[in-house]
Amino acid sequence: MIELKGVTKTVGAETHIHSVDLRFERGTLNVLLGPTLSGKTSLMRLMAGLDRPTSGTVHFDGKDVTGVSVQKRDVAMVYQQFINYPNMSVYENIASPMRVARVAKAVIDREVRKAAELLRLTPYLDRMPLSLSGGQQQRTALARAIVKNAGLVLLDEPLANLDYKLREELRAELPRIFAEAGTIFVYATTEPSEALLLGGNTAALSQGRVTQFGPTIDVYRMPADLITAQTFADPPLNTVAATKSGLRFTLGEGAELPVPDHLRALSDGSYTLAFHPHHLRLDAPGDGTPPLPGRVTITEITGSESFVHLFFQEESWVSLVHGICHFEPDEQIDVYIDPARLMAFDGHGRAALPPPALAA
Amino acid sequence: MTDSGATRMTAVSDSLMRGGAAGSATMAALGQSEAIARRMRRRGREARFSWLVPTIYIIVLMLPIYWLINMSFKTNAEILSTFSLWPQNPTLRNYAIIFSDPAWYSGYINSIIYVSLNTVISVSVALPAAYAFSRYRFLGDKHLFFWLLTNRMAPPAVFALPFLQLYSSFGLIDTHIAVALAHCLFNVPLAVWILEGFMSGVPKEIDETAYIDGYSFPRFFVKIFMPLIASGIGVAAFFCFMFSWVELLLARTLTTTSAKPIAATMTRTVSASGLDWGVLAAAGVLTIIPGALVIYFVRNYIAKGFALGRV
Repeated sequence: MIELKGVTKTVGAETHIHSVDLRFERGTLNVLLGPTLSGKTSLMRLMAGLDRPTSGTVHFDGKDVTGVSVQKRDVAMVYQQFINYPNMSVYENIASPMRVARVAKAVIDREVRKAAELLRLTPYLDRMPLSLSGGQQQRTALARAIVKNAGLVLLDEPLANLDYKLREELRAELPRIFAEAGTIFVYATTEPSEALLLGGNTAALSQGRVTQFGPTIDVYRMPADLITAQTFADPPLNTVAATKSGLRFTLGEGAELPVPDHLRALSDGSYTLAFHPHHLRLDAPGDGTPPLPGRVTITEITGSESFVHLFFQEESWVSLVHGICHFEPDEQIDVYIDPARLMAFDGHGRAALPPPALAA
Repeated sequence: MTDSGATRMTAVSDSLMRGGAAGSATMAALGQSEAIARRMRRRGREARFSWLVPTIYIIVLMLPIYWLINMSFKTNAEILSTFSLWPQNPTLRNYAIIFSDPAWYSGYINSIIYVSLNTVISVSVALPAAYAFSRYRFLGDKHLFFWLLTNRMAPPAVFALPFLQLYSSFGLIDTHIAVALAHCLFNVPLAVWILEGFMSGVPKEIDETAYIDGYSFPRFFVKIFMPLIASGIGVAAFFCFMFSWVELLLARTLTTTSAKPIAATMTRTVSASGLDWGVLAAAGVLTIIPGALVIYFVRNYIAKGFALGRV
């Protein structure tokens, strides 16, 4: 179990981490989700002991390890860049943590071959890391982290520099590989979809603060505030200012929407409504949801999905629809918000009511 | 090549014409290919004389060295009496004198001792300093780093007097270590700059990965970091060697007899019978050899070294 208590890190005049409290249990997979510069790497460095917090303490299995040097901590880390020792063979790279720990030769050989087998590096054991492809280099770094058998494994966007295919493969394998060891597994990523695919728990980060921490699905479905919801949305979340009076939301200037059941309990007043792009539909649902007028700016087609960027009044929205769907720029279309998926946030950006637990 | 190339091109354009699609596009292509062929012919004529300038340059450059080697195989009588492009009566007498007379060969031994001492001291002092400059930010680090280089900007003569005074009060005059230490004054900053450049090319994450793997700092530095900057260490050592080898003023001022460098010996060869030209030339040739040998080992990294490791 690793626990951060009120950890703050300032560098010069800049505060990179604002009083973070976090607790990761053994045998869990934890995702740090946030855009670049949100403090994911800083937080990982603090957990690893590479940096010392300006204030606050770090506890590992109940012991205060705040000032303990990184060599004495039970940590493994993989960087976004492919970091290996260029002057050692892949075999020696993987063996390196065990060599330092003076593990018996036979054990080293067995463990290295096991890890290499797991990450499909066996044919490359005698090669130098720089002669390998990016994916193989990163797998070497991962293998080194595996053989160390550390209590805390930190992966800092390990798949960001890999190509699509390898990424999918490794993403599926990683949790399985580390789950066996019963370690605390921390994975930093900028991509919401990656967090959802990995599962486990997610800590959403924004500007050096943890905005929400909990099971990944819960954080995704019930964001505690607008920033978390925005962090956890790709393509970006659609928002609109709305005023509630009775059973009607008035969106911007004029358009009206009936208040869905789960938001009935809200008191009248102004809110920010938010919903995911795949909850903005282009075809009438047929349940009386009123159409909203939209003006198309551009359509992006990926094949199986189309992103329709449009303006609703002054708000820029995206609709994610299945299949190929093409509109000319400036075309006027009707869009329909799925009312059951609406999230409402108050003037401070906090969730006005717990959103429906079943929304997906 | 140019003739046959032009013929082939004409043949190709002929076939294009016959191909039926001989529209204006083909005509344009034909015109273009002829223009290219013409340009190639002209370049061919130019290329016939392009060896001339470098050859002249190299001859001018090598002439003094050739003349030195030439003289070293001649007798004094031949050097002084006739003008000959190569030795008429080649002799090894000059080299024999140098290898048999302690006054001569001890000069080489002295030079090699203090130069090696200096190289070892400079590089081993510069390694940790360069690591600090490359990896840590501390108060005034940039100023200090620049100030180091300014040490090279003063002529060594400026330092001759203070060194002489200092070393004589410590009884270091006429010892190898005295010259080695004096040369550190301008070799250490240079080595720090070169090594810092090479070290900054190694990502900091490698250091951190090593610490995470459990390496202690000294073990990481020797086992992982030094192999990574081996070429930098080689280049830094080469530059220290070279500057110490060619430096004459401090080496001469701080020594009298037992640590006298070869360059000093060479300037003191006027005897009652006049200058011994042949021996002097042989000594010159032997002085060039160590530098040439050392430069051979770091030849691939010299350019990076001159850019202080920042390429």
